[in-house]
Amino acid sequence: MKIIAAMSGGVDSAVAAARAVEAGHEVIGVHLALSSNPQKYRSGARGCCTIEDSHDARRAADVIGIPFYIWDMADEFHEGVVENFMSEYAAGRTPNPCLRCNEKIKFAAVLDRAKAMGFDGVVTGHYARTQETPEGRTLHRAVDPLKDQSYVLAVLNREQINGAIFPLGDTEKVDIRIEAEARGLAVAQKPDSHDICFVPSGDNAGWLRDRLGSEVGPIVDQDGTKIGEHKGAYTYTIGQRKGLGLTVPTADGSPRFVLKIEPVTNTVVVGAREDLAVTSMRGEKPIFCGPEVAAVPTRGFVQVRAHGAALDCTYYMDNGQLVAELDKPLLGLATGQAMVIYDGDRVVGSATICETA
Amino acid sequence: MSVYLDHAATTPMFDVAIEAMNASLRKLGNPSSLHTEGRSTRKDVEDAREKLAKAIDCLPSEVIFTGSGTEANNAAIKGLYWHSGKKVIVVSSIEHHAVLDPAHWLVDHEGAELIELPVNSAGVTDLDFLRKLVAERGPEIAVISVMHSNNETGVIQPVGEIVEIAGDIPVHCDAVQSFSKVPLSYKELGLFAMTISAHKVGGPLGIGALILRRAVEIPPLLHGGGQERDIRSGTLNAPSIVAFAAAVEAHLYDSKKVAELRDGFEAGVLKARPDAVINGKSSARLPGISNITFPGTQSDSLLLLMDSEKVSCSTGAACTAGVHRPSHVLMAMGLSDVVAQSSLRFSFGSTSTQADVDYTLSVLPRVIERGLAAHAVGRS
Repeated sequence: MKIIAAMSGGVDSAVAAARAVEAGHEVIGVHLALSSNPQKYRSGARGCCTIEDSHDARRAADVIGIPFYIWDMADEFHEGVVENFMSEYAAGRTPNPCLRCNEKIKFAAVLDRAKAMGFDGVVTGHYARTQETPEGRTLHRAVDPLKDQSYVLAVLNREQINGAIFPLGDTEKVDIRIEAEARGLAVAQKPDSHDICFVPSGDNAGWLRDRLGSEVGPIVDQDGTKIGEHKGAYTYTIGQRKGLGLTVPTADGSPRFVLKIEPVTNTVVVGAREDLAVTSMRGEKPIFCGPEVAAVPTRGFVQVRAHGAALDCTYYMDNGQLVAELDKPLLGLATGQAMVIYDGDRVVGSATICETA
Repeated sequence: MSVYLDHAATTPMFDVAIEAMNASLRKLGNPSSLHTEGRSTRKDVEDAREKLAKAIDCLPSEVIFTGSGTEANNAAIKGLYWHSGKKVIVVSSIEHHAVLDPAHWLVDHEGAELIELPVNSAGVTDLDFLRKLVAERGPEIAVISVMHSNNETGVIQPVGEIVEIAGDIPVHCDAVQSFSKVPLSYKELGLFAMTISAHKVGGPLGIGALILRRAVEIPPLLHGGGQERDIRSGTLNAPSIVAFAAAVEAHLYDSKKVAELRDGFEAGVLKARPDAVINGKSSARLPGISNITFPGTQSDSLLLLMDSEKVSCSTGAACTAGVHRPSHVLMAMGLSDVVAQSSLRFSFGSTSTQADVDYTLSVLPRVIERGLAAHAVGRS
């Protein structure tokens, strides 16, 4: 097949591209420039689209022996990912921009463009597996549980999964580095990137404050009594305990946690730990990675964070929304997070959490 | 087959230049040394300087070797600015970044005022604007810099008239694209300073020259041994200088042949894609450059597709990250950023053939079709 290798400049996408070449594909390396004003250098493990990263990607392509180009996706990234990140926080939700990037950029803008240009698909360095089944191609967890990235890929529909190749899902990360070394790739020991690539400082709250302002508002308890003040509701996350700056102690001296963020009134609601408990969740805009979920309750797992646990649940569709009822309560779940349903290691689908109870 | 149509970026070294360079590489001697070996290498350098001076129509002492055309442009713009004690720098809006960026740097760091000369839709510098400017602010102008021909469109600029309008104001001309391709005389143009580069004319990379009127002393960018008139320091790069002169002396560039290939190519493009627009076509142009807008496409997609078909061409400007940006040259000619980003530059050289043209025209329709499709999904 003729495929585009999305090369971030990291070790994973470099090895993925090399493996795709070895599998007999005609591969062209593409680095996505996602910032219209990229930084020159990486700062620590953050960022993934600096000029230094694009150089690393180019060098990897040279070593692998494939053509290399840079695609400017800065406008698409800003519209589809960065603006969504800000508007979600402004609405009191907690988004995951990596999912949006996979959904809107890597497997949409890039894949669509690749197909229009006569390519068959996109290969990336994500840790996930696909399987060919009589029902079509399905998406599965990677064998390395520490690196498994199926959660952030659960926004891909069947057509997108059909256009995707993930050559690393069967290998542990440590072996990928060894393989990169053996292939002569200079990025073999390059640190993994963490956090949000467009917030190079790692200070999400500060980044949001700079863009959304820092309007002071009340921190209230569940009765609505004001017990403190905050500087911008969106800089808090559900379940947060530290940094609330509360001076009024609780009757029994137990700590308080952020329970709710109300953007309209710019209010942060706090309460006791047990009030964080959630036993069911509803998600909107469901995406199915394989066969669609039915209204009939089905046993499976739900995961709500990129590296969170797979929680036993019963899931079903209700009124166009995906519902998961947990066997055991979960503490601290924010709307805006993605709920991803698994059937064993197969990714069933995902939805954006809009309601918890 | 593979087709190289990016001769404006760099063009193959002539065999005579490679041979001259190899011979010089095997030779020992710093041209500044006083002993036998040094004198011998110095002779080679001075022979080369005289050959180049003859081709440029300047005095040998007016040739100052530099490490690149960019360095020569920087030395000229900054040097003439500092030398003059005046504040205004005038450049055309379509200059190469090697002129624009030192001018902007002087604005940011040295208190200069930059005035850009507009161009018309055919890509030619607006002389009326310059006349008015010189009449109003002439005594404040440190330097005027206008390229001899534009690197993206090939459009030739009215440099002789600019020098006339400038009067006593020093005029610098970036002649990197024109040198050795169209008739060009430093003396007849009446220039104060001019820039040339070896790798555009069949010589090696990494060697250029600033032609600067004799007895004019401008402050150097590089301080050191003062090898080149105290304006440029650094051990003279004898092998590259010798090869530069060998390439220029051989002059294997047949302007008429190159222009015929280019014209045939453009006719073929317009036949295949009647909506294509050849930028600067109505102006006098270099023989080898063709800048074409393909409406509804994105040039970075087209370049990738052309490259996959083994045709090497160019999108024009790229920033440091390698991200394609709309060309400031095409935008100065009045094109929108979207249209400017739908344009490719094909440039022909001494090794180009009719077979190159035929092959490129044979792949063009499917490249453009796919380019249109790729752009369409991006807009949906």
